[in-house]
Amino acid sequence: MNIKDVLQDRILILDGAMGTMIQRYKLKEADFRGERFTDHPDDLQGNNDLLSLTRPDIIQAIHEEYLEAGADIVETNTFSGTSIAQADYGLESIVYELNKQSAEIARKATDKFTQQNPDKPRFVAGSMGPTNKTASISPEVTDPGYRAVTFDELAEAYKEQARGLMDGGADVLLVETIFDTLNAKAALFAIQELFEERGEELPIMVSGTITDASGRTLSGQTVEAFLISISHAPILSVGFNCALGAKQLKPYLQNLSDRSPFFISAYPNAGLPNEFGEYDEGPDEMGSQVKEYLEDGLVNILGGCCGTTPAHITKMAELAKDYDPRKVKSKGMVV
Amino acid sequence: MKTLPLTLSGLEPLIITEDSNFVNVGERTNVTGSKRFLNTIKEKDYDKALKIALDQVQGGAQILDVNMDEGMLDSAEEMTNFLNLIASDPDIAKIPIMVDSSKWEVILAGLKCMQGKGVVNSISLKDGEEEFLRRAKIVRRFGAAVICMAFDEDGQADTLPRRKEICGRAYKLLTEEAGFHPSDIILDPNIFPVATGMEEHRRNALDFFLAAKWIRENLPGAHVIGGVSNVSFSFRGNNRVREAIHSAFLYHAIEHGMDMGIVNPTQLEVYDDIPEDLLERVEDVLFDKRDDATERLLEIAEEYKGEGSSVKKKQDDEWRQKSVEERLKYSLVKGINEFVEEDTEEARQKIGSPLEVIEGPLMDGMNVVGDLFGAGKMFLPQVVKSARVMKQAVAYLTPFLEEEKKQNKDTSDQPKVLLATVKGDVHDIGKNIVSVVLACNNYHVIDLGVMVPADKILDEAEKHKVDAIGLSGLITPSLDEMITVAREMKKRGMDLPLMIGGATTSRLHTAVKIDPEYDSSVVHVLDASRAVAMAGDIINPKKREAVKAEIKKEYAELRELHENRQNKKELLPFEEARSNKTKIEWEGYEPPKPSFLGNKVFEDYPISELRNYIDWSPFFRTWMLTGKYPDILEDDEVGKQAQSLFDDAQALLDEIIEKDLLQAKSVIGFYPATAYGDDIKLFEGADLSEIKTKFHFLRQQTKKRSGQPNSSLSDYIAPHEVGITDYIGFFAVTAGIGIEKLIERFESENDDYNVILVKAVADRLAEAFAERMHERVRKEFWGYSDEESFSNEELIAEKYSGIRPAPGYPACPDHTEKRILFDLLEVEKNTSIKLTESFAMYPASSVSGFYFSHPESRYFRVGNIGEDQVIDYAQRKSCTKEEVEKWLSPNLDYDPYSS
Repeated sequence: MNIKDVLQDRILILDGAMGTMIQRYKLKEADFRGERFTDHPDDLQGNNDLLSLTRPDIIQAIHEEYLEAGADIVETNTFSGTSIAQADYGLESIVYELNKQSAEIARKATDKFTQQNPDKPRFVAGSMGPTNKTASISPEVTDPGYRAVTFDELAEAYKEQARGLMDGGADVLLVETIFDTLNAKAALFAIQELFEERGEELPIMVSGTITDASGRTLSGQTVEAFLISISHAPILSVGFNCALGAKQLKPYLQNLSDRSPFFISAYPNAGLPNEFGEYDEGPDEMGSQVKEYLEDGLVNILGGCCGTTPAHITKMAELAKDYDPRKVKSKGMVV
Repeated sequence: MKTLPLTLSGLEPLIITEDSNFVNVGERTNVTGSKRFLNTIKEKDYDKALKIALDQVQGGAQILDVNMDEGMLDSAEEMTNFLNLIASDPDIAKIPIMVDSSKWEVILAGLKCMQGKGVVNSISLKDGEEEFLRRAKIVRRFGAAVICMAFDEDGQADTLPRRKEICGRAYKLLTEEAGFHPSDIILDPNIFPVATGMEEHRRNALDFFLAAKWIRENLPGAHVIGGVSNVSFSFRGNNRVREAIHSAFLYHAIEHGMDMGIVNPTQLEVYDDIPEDLLERVEDVLFDKRDDATERLLEIAEEYKGEGSSVKKKQDDEWRQKSVEERLKYSLVKGINEFVEEDTEEARQKIGSPLEVIEGPLMDGMNVVGDLFGAGKMFLPQVVKSARVMKQAVAYLTPFLEEEKKQNKDTSDQPKVLLATVKGDVHDIGKNIVSVVLACNNYHVIDLGVMVPADKILDEAEKHKVDAIGLSGLITPSLDEMITVAREMKKRGMDLPLMIGGATTSRLHTAVKIDPEYDSSVVHVLDASRAVAMAGDIINPKKREAVKAEIKKEYAELRELHENRQNKKELLPFEEARSNKTKIEWEGYEPPKPSFLGNKVFEDYPISELRNYIDWSPFFRTWMLTGKYPDILEDDEVGKQAQSLFDDAQALLDEIIEKDLLQAKSVIGFYPATAYGDDIKLFEGADLSEIKTKFHFLRQQTKKRSGQPNSSLSDYIAPHEVGITDYIGFFAVTAGIGIEKLIERFESENDDYNVILVKAVADRLAEAFAERMHERVRKEFWGYSDEESFSNEELIAEKYSGIRPAPGYPACPDHTEKRILFDLLEVEKNTSIKLTESFAMYPASSVSGFYFSHPESRYFRVGNIGEDQVIDYAQRKSCTKEEVEKWLSPNLDYDPYSS
């Protein structure tokens, strides 16, 4: 079944945090290395994406926990799966394989659940994170014209990632946690180029990040400017994730929902981090906040970002089933 | 039928609907059109180039056209560089960019630097359909709108039929084959010069008008644009006539459907201001109304030659011509106190009642200030300056008010807020700022000053029937004093809301420690900018119950969270922490010996020397301007304010030095010492056998990663077991002698701005003094580091060897150790710094602490400690456990009141 059709019908639940779940396994350097990377010169602990190759059992288990919790869409374990982000670990060369295998793991998990219950088809979203560099901001205070990464470098890296995700069987591509819209535009550019070359297209989800109470992205755009800047691409949904908790995110989501001709997604953090950088909001607390999204008819896709767990997703799935999805504006234009 | 709007974006959106006014494209950042801009780029003077861009935005440009097409330039590289620079300036980057080039590779370079949705200027059918479509599709993939020039394989369209034909064809290709939304298409049907004398140019303007009209009627959704200055090309050198032609052309082009234009707004006459005879002849030419239209315009043009531009520059002192109400408002918003008395007097005579002057024009002005501040468009130093003007105006009116009061009743129903720095604490910069901000927002503020005991606060609150109490404090013991105040309020059965603020206070502390002690509202106020909204919420009779319930609930949740978290945290048994001390190899270590032992006093230390050691960044933070000095002076948002504040501080420093308004004094001392457990004992006597005194230190007790020590400052002094004589140093510095007089002077002038400035500068001087003294200690008096030569930046970054921790700060959080230090150095006698009952130093601009010389010594945070360490510490200090718990309550890992 096509994800577009399902979205007309009901609110889809996206999974929760991958990193938070991986932490529970208390993995050591050796787990990250596996046998294959025993002699790799760089430290690999913390390279969560690599676990798709070295501990696929864990990644699949996490996907299955989320599917069990009621997620309709699981994200591949590829948030940092670009050659730009993997360069930190000296692993640029394995990026294609990493994405392909990550998509395959998620595919396996979702297929299993779809088979068990064909009335609730599950989908794989290929996660494409923002990379750790920004095309709109100079990292050198004294040299504002300098850029640590160019549009072309980003586009090339994203294209490689998207190719791996498509070959591994992703249903959707998810350009997420966008803090710099120019990075996202490079991703969208690359994806469209790839679609043209392959002669096949997947739906694209886009999710930005509002970093603080200024209501802007890190690169300085307002919600409306962000929406306008990405709406040229053939996208399925637009939304926000990360940085804020559900409560703080709501006004921006409302604004986006009022204007967007696309489906709307939201997957906030479990509250704001405390003084120790941990996320405290439990499923019920977060649930009561996302319930307001549902009551106000703001979302089509709902899930969790940092600090959320299968328990959070269970709560959201329970809540969402009683509400109608947001009605998408028929007008094909951002206003 | 209404068409869909054109949506563009920079950092902010630009939505152009059918109802939008004409969209003005800034065109000065174009090397082909602006010699000045070309020169700045050639000279690589990008600051100036950015200034030109900023001027365009501030002048009302809604889109910024950028063109680098010049033979001598690497156009693609200049485009990339300039757009990247623009992206770093939010004031410019807020509007969309129009990347303008006749070279495709330059357009591509530009598209790769735009995070927003911009405009490509331009593509055309010049190289045929295939190339046109190829480019159009790429533009679309980048997500930009596109300008399409009326140009095809046969050349530029210069007649009406050709304009229609090419525009129609381009529109069809773009919408049907390149996937463009009609509203993303902007057609440029070519503006050519008029009145050239050539027969074939006679219909140039008219054909453009008609083409614009045809496009809007026949190509739904598409927009029409044109470069206006071209039309008057034949009148170069005659600005008056050019401006008239531009205005008249624009007026009619817009009427015919042109909705975007590349126009220099400084070259536009107001249409209605064009002299009638000139306008008539211009319009004759534009509409090709008569055969001799050109001759007739040339004729009259001679008369206007040499008149210069009609667009006058606004005079800076134009505001002085406005009404007195407007002038007062202007003075308040701009913080100008030059005219405040004369304007206030004029307003009083005009309005009659002094109270109405305050409630009318003065409050109107302050409301504007409050709104701008709330919206982040004004910064704190500006607000404080505005408040100074307000205070001076009110002071001028006060005698008249008294007079009026004798006749009338007091009609004032301003809400009253009482503010005080609690007992034992002398810090009040933050409280003064809150006081100013509240006063600006129409609160009657009763400020009791510093070191106010709980009873006095509550007596005064009852006496004045205030609506809320605000407590402030900077040092940690003040936190406990605030708890005392809350308890007293409950005992007295009070119901007033209580606001908590100051540097050491926090939402968590307020929730966990203060809120449970008082049944009415207790609320933590993060900074001055939140004070107004918070006071409004908790005082407003309609809201207060709801707000109280909400905050109580929020704080209860915070407490619960805190408790849960507490249980999670792992503390080591104290003995285990102690055995994991900092590993220092003492065997063979030779402690450097200070050049003297005992105390040394510095009377009247030259402030001119100290000013070079000032770390300015915290100074700006005091004023709620964030950024690092000196970059902050260049900051886009706060740079101007920071610079002006900095200039004021420098002028004040000059005055302080010149007139000797503040004195700096210091005492330092060195003593032989060894560590006994976590204590450090000081010795005297010939064979160092007599114990002079003893200092007590705390040890980190939280569980550390393997290899990380549980540090205590006592680790940095050789333990007595190794049998070597080590040394420890002490210091107390102040730069605040004489500050009362200075403050009194400004207070009598109602000048809060300078009151705060003096205190902030004196604080910085004290820190600078501590920094300078430490440097001299390292190089001269202790002399273990005589080779070092660090810049002030490096000093601030603590690049040197050895540390100077201060009691009450994270590495040794116990303020009471200051008493021992003060006795040892005879600080009161030697410097006249005093200790309050909460062990705060007065004057507040003072610093005291220890010197450790060991190269391994580091700053650290003791953090939470357990009951076992508290018991041990109390024994070592020969005091009760309860006393220790009182002074160290922020560090306790347990609740001493719970059992």
